[in-house]
Amino acid sequence: MTVDLILFLILALVSVSTALGMLLSRNTVYSALFLVLNFVTVAVFYLLLGAPFIAMAQVTVYAGAIMVLFLFVIMLLGTEVLPASNILPWQKPLAGGLAAVLAVEAIYLLLVRARSVAQVTSPDVAINSMDNLREMGKVLFSTYLLPFEVTSILLLVAMVGAIVLTKKEKA
Amino acid sequence: MDWTFWLEWVLKGFVLCLVLLTGFAYLTYYERRALARMQNRIGPNRAGPQGLLQPIADAVKLFFKEELTPARAYKIVFFLAPIVTVVPSLIIAAVIPWGTSFQLFGRTITLYVADINVGVLYLMSIASIAVYGIVLAGWSSNNKYAMLGGMRSSAQMISYELALGLSFVTAILLANSMRMIDIVNAQSSWWFVVIQPVGALIFWIATLAEVNRAPFDMPEAEQELTAGYHAEYSGMKFALFFMAEYQKMIVICAILATLFFGGYLGPFVDKFWFLGPVYMFAKVFILLFFMIWVRATWPRIRYDRLMSFGWKVLVPLALAVVFITATGILLAQELNNQLYFWAIPFVSIVAAGIAVMMIYRELRRKAYERA
Repeated sequence: MTVDLILFLILALVSVSTALGMLLSRNTVYSALFLVLNFVTVAVFYLLLGAPFIAMAQVTVYAGAIMVLFLFVIMLLGTEVLPASNILPWQKPLAGGLAAVLAVEAIYLLLVRARSVAQVTSPDVAINSMDNLREMGKVLFSTYLLPFEVTSILLLVAMVGAIVLTKKEKA
Repeated sequence: MDWTFWLEWVLKGFVLCLVLLTGFAYLTYYERRALARMQNRIGPNRAGPQGLLQPIADAVKLFFKEELTPARAYKIVFFLAPIVTVVPSLIIAAVIPWGTSFQLFGRTITLYVADINVGVLYLMSIASIAVYGIVLAGWSSNNKYAMLGGMRSSAQMISYELALGLSFVTAILLANSMRMIDIVNAQSSWWFVVIQPVGALIFWIATLAEVNRAPFDMPEAEQELTAGYHAEYSGMKFALFFMAEYQKMIVICAILATLFFGGYLGPFVDKFWFLGPVYMFAKVFILLFFMIWVRATWPRIRYDRLMSFGWKVLVPLALAVVFITATGILLAQELNNQLYFWAIPFVSIVAAGIAVMMIYRELRRKAYERA
């Protein structure tokens, strides 16, 4: 268990510092790269929790596909370096206030619910197998069939919309 | 978790890296000799017997070349990009099984580094990470040709990843598992290339685009972009890009051999463990020859056609092939009739034939409109 704990602490440090780096960097490409690192550390968290499928999906979808498109757009627009002056002066105090509220809530919940969290057992070894994936597929196509289908239709609509927007209009 | 376990792990990883690095050096020699033979030349034959020391001479040359960094480059990313390109090409090989297992000092030593139950997904995720090195190299050079090369490669790799993923799905369906070992063992009676030839073909085309090989070597099209994303790189940094490309070729051929050509399986492989790597090497060697052959035969295809081929032909065809495979397996299971299973290759080939006919008609129509 101690190895897991050490790994977790190192990863937590990395993920928090990459998240901070993403927010504080004035170069948008560096911000995007920090975010990629953050996604990868989150994937390793999933591995620590015994969910290899979600970890791999996280890397493939978020780090591999979505962030590449983000980088693509940033580079094509040529707006890599942000101006030093602050355009939204009200943003920083508001963000600080909301972050403080979130931190207070998190600490409160941690203190109140500490006992029940401690009772959470470590993930079962049986979860870490192919059967888990098979079960997930079955559940997706039976219990959660409607949300699954609605999501796929939503994605299809978005795809058709993107294609229509890029088409030249015929005069 | 005793120390011998760690020792075995480290040693296997070390040997795998060594094999890939030596393989890279001699793949350049192999490619140059084979290309020369096809173009009626002799090729490198001066350094050592039959030019066998040529890769070493090249390596020494690259070590001593001067390294240049453009004055307005983004220095940190410029330095990191070659590393980000090489590392995925090395670690992706970790899940490929090279053989069965053997006994040494009373321990069973298996011939793969990692055996994870989502092996195929691991391949997908590492392949999708591999785009970053090229994109970042293009951007950090602060050069418009390099930038265009990086853009092209990222668009191309993302587009062809879809067809690649779908052809992985056919192999997963046939093996009923995502573990690489299970996929190899499922091919003990029939190789998957026999059951799903179109899936193997789609995999082959998509991977040629993934590793930026001819005829899909858009990111470094010399006539248009000088050298594309690595135009500003020199010396050892350039060598790292070169290394990544050739290592990816080896690894891709090994993956193709594992998923569709029976992996390390061959006659007597369960009696003598050392035959596994030998068969694997022979299969990779033959598949690499096809890659070189393609490069010697086909001219580079135009960029807009590359994209429309990926999106309008390969992805729908791959979807159809996945559908045909799944339906065939299900019907064979439910109706208990193997005839449906053996209909899969024929129906897939018919689907591929329809796709080819549609491309042909489209090209004819375009030629007619132009005339």
